[in-house]
Amino acid sequence: MSRRLRLWLLGVGGAGLAALLVAACLDVPAFGRRSHPYGERAVRASLARHTANVVSSVNFDQRAYDTLGEMSILFAAVLGCVVLLRQAGDEHRADPRPAEVALPVRRYALLVLPVALVTGLYVIAHGQLSPGGGFQGGVVAATALHLLYLGADYRALERVRPTGVFEVTDSLAACSYLVLGLAGLLAGTAFLANTLLPYGTFNTLSSGGLVPLLNAAIGMEVASAVVVLLAGFLDQAVEIEREKGS
Amino acid sequence: MNVFPYLVAAWIFLTGCYGLVTSRNLIHAVGCLAVCQASTYVLLLAVGYRDNGTAPVFSDLKPGTRPLVDPVVQALALTDVVVGATVTALLLALVLQIAKRHGTVDPDELTELRG
Repeated sequence: MSRRLRLWLLGVGGAGLAALLVAACLDVPAFGRRSHPYGERAVRASLARHTANVVSSVNFDQRAYDTLGEMSILFAAVLGCVVLLRQAGDEHRADPRPAEVALPVRRYALLVLPVALVTGLYVIAHGQLSPGGGFQGGVVAATALHLLYLGADYRALERVRPTGVFEVTDSLAACSYLVLGLAGLLAGTAFLANTLLPYGTFNTLSSGGLVPLLNAAIGMEVASAVVVLLAGFLDQAVEIEREKGS
Repeated sequence: MNVFPYLVAAWIFLTGCYGLVTSRNLIHAVGCLAVCQASTYVLLLAVGYRDNGTAPVFSDLKPGTRPLVDPVVQALALTDVVVGATVTALLLALVLQIAKRHGTVDPDELTELRG
């Protein structure tokens, strides 16, 4: 298809789509309206189960089954990336050269690394209480580790980040989410139903029944998934080279 | 303006579509897809907004004292972000392999099939 024909087609289709979208926008319930029936029910259910962070309650209690699907997408994407970014037959691994790092960068990175790591773990642990949770905290913790790459060099990062261990952790965390769901079945309730554990005191670390456990499993999964993903891309950038003459 | 945020979402989506169609670089195309996805965040959060609403988190808020924004769409936006990030990673991995095997990231040059 020529470029002009493509642009022409885009113009017609885009104009049609834009007209439909505008028509739809005019019919959507007004912005900032007072009534949110689903939201109000979600807040009530969350308070009944002593979970202070309603978003976590929606994710890990009311829609825990949906989060299982989301976690599977993450797991499948990581698996796909590991397969796509593996070392091919006509490639070899070169040892990464030690790199010069400016002293202020090195100092700052090494200073911030433990702070960022603890922040990530804090966000995971308080997922049922304050904004955040397993997804957000997992990303913070995983990227905190990569400050070592900025502050030192790739070999230092590889020493603290054995990819195999993180791949196993990723799978274990995904399994533990399933097992926590199956525990409900064994106890005679339903899959991923939050009726097994006591709900605890409102606004304390152990409140919310199953929510903190599922949240921790997701935190572990996301953190190791991000580490494995970034390892795949960094390996390609730093270590893997094509054989000469191929 | 009661529909303005929804129109912004539609505009961001169409901008991303335009970028996707006219893209001459696959990495740029992946970026455009991320723009399309960003429109869904705007749409979801706009649907859930309530005037003078605050975050639906009770760690330092007494239940019932203030109006809350809709937590259901916020959870959906979180799902959206996670799926968007993983899809972007997977697509970038594909682009990397295409660049290695075909020596180009221009989608117009990738016309032939090679075994």
